[in-house]
Amino acid sequence: MTPHVLTRSLDRSATIFLVVVAALGVLIPLSNLLLPAGSMFQVPTYLVALFGKYACYAILALSIDLIWGYCGILSLGHGAFFALGGYAMGMYLMRQIGSRGVYGNPILPDFMVFLNYPSLPWYWYGFDMFWFAALMVLVVPGLLAFCFGWLAFRSRVTGVYLSIITQAMTYALLLAFFRNDFGFGGNNGLTDFKDILGFNVQADGTRAALFALSCLALILAFLICRAVVTSKLGKVLIAIRDAESRTRFLGYRVESYKLFVFTLSACMAGVAGALYVPQVGIINPGEFAPGNSIEAVIWVAVGGRGTLVGAALGAVVVNYAKTVFTSGPLAPYWLFMLGALFILVTLLLPKGIIGTFNAWWEGRKAKQVTANAESADLEDGVGEPKPAE
Amino acid sequence: MSVMEGRTTSALLYLDGVHVSFDGFHAINNLSLTLEPGEMRAIIGPNGAGKTTMMDIITGKTKPDEGTVLFDGMTDLTRLDETRIAELGIGRKFQKPTVFESQTIEDNLLLALNVDHSVKGTLFWRGSRDESERIDRVLETIRLTDARNRLAGSLSHGQKQWLEIGMLLAQDPKLLLVDEPVAGMTDVETHQTAELLKEINKEKTVMVVEHDMTFVRELGVKVTCLHEGTVLAEGTIDQVSSNERVIEVYLGR
Repeated sequence: MTPHVLTRSLDRSATIFLVVVAALGVLIPLSNLLLPAGSMFQVPTYLVALFGKYACYAILALSIDLIWGYCGILSLGHGAFFALGGYAMGMYLMRQIGSRGVYGNPILPDFMVFLNYPSLPWYWYGFDMFWFAALMVLVVPGLLAFCFGWLAFRSRVTGVYLSIITQAMTYALLLAFFRNDFGFGGNNGLTDFKDILGFNVQADGTRAALFALSCLALILAFLICRAVVTSKLGKVLIAIRDAESRTRFLGYRVESYKLFVFTLSACMAGVAGALYVPQVGIINPGEFAPGNSIEAVIWVAVGGRGTLVGAALGAVVVNYAKTVFTSGPLAPYWLFMLGALFILVTLLLPKGIIGTFNAWWEGRKAKQVTANAESADLEDGVGEPKPAE
Repeated sequence: MSVMEGRTTSALLYLDGVHVSFDGFHAINNLSLTLEPGEMRAIIGPNGAGKTTMMDIITGKTKPDEGTVLFDGMTDLTRLDETRIAELGIGRKFQKPTVFESQTIEDNLLLALNVDHSVKGTLFWRGSRDESERIDRVLETIRLTDARNRLAGSLSHGQKQWLEIGMLLAQDPKLLLVDEPVAGMTDVETHQTAELLKEINKEKTVMVVEHDMTFVRELGVKVTCLHEGTVLAEGTIDQVSSNERVIEVYLGR
């Protein structure tokens, strides 16, 4: 069996991607910690935290690309899973504050003292232990996605209707988390974190380590996605994306496949959120805003859906642009630019950055293959199958 | 009617008194039809006669309002969904060729093979010699061996029809439902398709829906003519085409 041309070329870009992320994950923390401040090559701490944020966004983008690019499930509520993972980590960080809070209560976080909570709500139990919080980072988004997906996919809710109910889901969570009596700090969310696993969250070393961990998580998420999409299951996902009912008539239980990949994707988004929170220092209900989820879908569209590398690249490029523009005089116009970007990409680069690049590269290679085949034809009279125009 | 004790009919497919209506429109009206094991049957009928709806009922896409649909004399198909029915061994080729265009021809056949279709099975799938030999055989039968690594979307219309028949073969069903296999084919391709279906019929039961009378004649099998959701005539192609009521519905009164 000869490997398919497309898979081969993606393997190359996958390798490049992994090498680049690994190199950044090692070099940026080293430069930040070892080089003297003010040196030309020293990456300042604020940039380390910023890049860490980008890495988390890249994981979120990967999780969206896995379901949208490969299985055709357009979730416009993936920010909810990201935020839930973030809240799970935030709860651990709140419990670590202990008696160092403003009110000095050893058990209750400040907002609970302020809101006259008599005791810790039951659902906060266990979050003083890191392993438990880390488990919840996966379990809570995964469980929500499983229940949501079980109902939606079994009822064969697809396309724009599914997108709309995912929006409704994240919006409902937004409203719930805004409530003070919901027990997660209301509109202020969770903040004033002190330390994580005993290390000061503000310290340069901790920030560098969190950045390196985010890069590691990005690499792992990428490898998991690659393993899924290059397996036979990946072929089934693409089949579902392109012709869902045909796949069903071949004897595949489409809803099980969707449920599997949707749940996996939600867990990945949860991990992204959990790494994000200690690096930005706050999690509040704003993270559930429907706009956030839509923005994440735009990253994937810009980078190129169904390419994985493109999704991660899109997340970094769009967020870098956001950082640049929102810190300059163009700040008020950022949303217009984001909208324009989305329209331009849809019109001019429907395959996104990586998709367009791949198509161009394939075209170039196809020409070479044709040329080679022609010369081979002259020699032995057997031509290779020519790729379609 | 729904409590079946053992086998009640020798037929592979047994439809009795089936009714379906969509918003008051009777698409299928007291339809009764049996298909013996190993038989090939051609179904003809004017547009809107209910041919595709009948296939939808057999494959579980549409649930009948009333009536019996039995597979293999034992299984009540009206209670099962598409996936389960496909697993039982009923394969379907659609009217409009539906192949997975962004995947290679080989992958299309690989997806159709009747091996473990569970999430776990496909996630940890490793190809076997047996599987690739089966794919090779199907590729040879549908004459696409040279095109195996091409994307299915790049095939001609006729080749897509053949690929879809190939996918049916890879599925290795007991019963093949083939909806308009020669639509849009050249005369040569039509002839080859008839040969192919006859070859397939040596091992499997086949039901073919087709408008093309030359093709149906070439198949040389029993013909059922549907009209307004019910069986109008049944017999050889000559008997059916000389039936006055059939002439009436085809030519208008």
